[in-house]
Amino acid sequence: MTVRKRKLGRGVAMVGAGMSRFGVHQNLNTRDLFVEAFLDMKKSVDRGIDPKDIEALYLGNAAAEVWEAQGSTGPIMASVTGLTPIPALKIEDACASSGVALREGIIAVASGLYDVVLVGGTEKMNTLPTDWNTLALASFSDTLYEGAAGFSFPALYASMATAYMHKHGISHDDLLRGAIKNHLNGALNPKAHFKQTIKELMEARIARARQRNEPVPTWANEMDFLHDPRANPVVAWPNTLFDCCPVSDGAACALLCAEDIAKNFTDTPIYIIGTGHASGHSLTDRDTLTSIPAARLAAKQAYDMAGVTPKDIKIAEVHDCFTIAEVMAIGDLGFFAEGKEAATAAGEGKTARDGVKPVNTSGGLKCKGHPVGASGVAMAVEIFEQMKGHAGARQVKKDVNLALTHNVGAHGTTVVVHIFERRA
Amino acid sequence: MSDRPFTADSFYQFTAEKKLMGSRCQACGKLFCPPHPICINCGSDKMAWEQLSGNGKIAAYSVIPYGPMPFIKEGYGRDNPYCSGIIELSEGVKIAGQITGVDTKRPESVRIGTAVTLDFAERGSWHFIEDVYKVRKTYPVFKVQ
Repeated sequence: MTVRKRKLGRGVAMVGAGMSRFGVHQNLNTRDLFVEAFLDMKKSVDRGIDPKDIEALYLGNAAAEVWEAQGSTGPIMASVTGLTPIPALKIEDACASSGVALREGIIAVASGLYDVVLVGGTEKMNTLPTDWNTLALASFSDTLYEGAAGFSFPALYASMATAYMHKHGISHDDLLRGAIKNHLNGALNPKAHFKQTIKELMEARIARARQRNEPVPTWANEMDFLHDPRANPVVAWPNTLFDCCPVSDGAACALLCAEDIAKNFTDTPIYIIGTGHASGHSLTDRDTLTSIPAARLAAKQAYDMAGVTPKDIKIAEVHDCFTIAEVMAIGDLGFFAEGKEAATAAGEGKTARDGVKPVNTSGGLKCKGHPVGASGVAMAVEIFEQMKGHAGARQVKKDVNLALTHNVGAHGTTVVVHIFERRA
Repeated sequence: MSDRPFTADSFYQFTAEKKLMGSRCQACGKLFCPPHPICINCGSDKMAWEQLSGNGKIAAYSVIPYGPMPFIKEGYGRDNPYCSGIIELSEGVKIAGQITGVDTKRPESVRIGTAVTLDFAERGSWHFIEDVYKVRKTYPVFKVQ
């Protein structure tokens, strides 16, 4: 397929970004979480934002209809944040819902229709028993043929992992090293679902066994812990529990405006210079099972629009819903070659915070959490904080003037890629 | 040649008759199984049904202890996982299906490239609304000898 080089009608900047705490929040629903994210976003706008200046809301939500028996989440989120009667659009595209919302907000501002819009996402996932939740998540697959064949959602990525391991001769440990890396980052993120490294989780299990006078596990190190099926059971072989992102509740939002008014809000706007978006077939109609074709297309669109190459990108937030997903992502984005190079990048420290290409400094979906409809914009929140030097203990040391987000819907049936720039 | 529409309903009518049927584009010749009503290769809507052998090899797979509900109702679970995967058929198309005849207690013993043949299994529907009405369908299953 030929990709036509596209450009935005006018420049767009991100001048505010915030998120709720991610995790299991028994007493909070999609509205409560979105309000938390909205208030966090307001605090992040250097010169403040009068909500009356927000002209439209683009909201990602994947399945509140299933998890909360609640539709119409667009206007509801506008109401609870005091934004009614502005137009409020709910966008559903599985795990890419808010990545698509971000893009639609960018397009709306670039068109000249609005000067200031709010983009965001919210998801409440911890409401159903496990078998129902398996069904809810598997509904993002092609249910007529993939779901019907027995694929749970983790099993779709697990099957891609088997194809990848077979084709490239990589090991499951290579994949687990990505989870270890993302927990090292997420442990430093106060809003992360898990605020512990895998080593800390292991030590906590040992301490608990001691406290309860139970047999004390003798794990030599975190890899030993991850090899123990009692600590790390199979979810869908070869995906174990620690290959999978958690089931999270959370919300995120970002304030976008036209480039020419961005300095009214802050001296350091984060300009969005590239956007790409592509759809893809079910697994059975793809030419490859070891790469996501839509990711390669979306990335090419975004790189071409921004006029940059993968080498230029300083940090990236990529869609690591499963460990194999991050390996495929950093290949599809052109950071590392598909195969051994991509699969060993985490283990060799190349994607660590102090590596050549830091990936998922937030902790990624694996550790920060994955409230599916909120994740696309939550990635932009991390980029906003890193680019403005506000990322605290997990701040990347090098100057982050160019960054990228990669948000996948379902098992690659949608991919959205964005490129962000901080000038001077 | 069948004149049934190129729908999922037709696909599952054929499986109930123990036939695995795909659609072949009459313009570019590309074959699809499950069927597409419009060719994803060239865009033509001139399709014709074609029966597939069901012979193929495993291209990707997972061994699943926590599956969708119809599989739980068939008795699968943590202590009795099942295998599902993507099969590359000898006709050159890929299809998703349960894989039987493998040792699901030792998932690493399942090998990509292993030959499979076609079988069928009747199960409750994946869809929770159809499940309310106790709809059962026949699904293609792939057997390792």
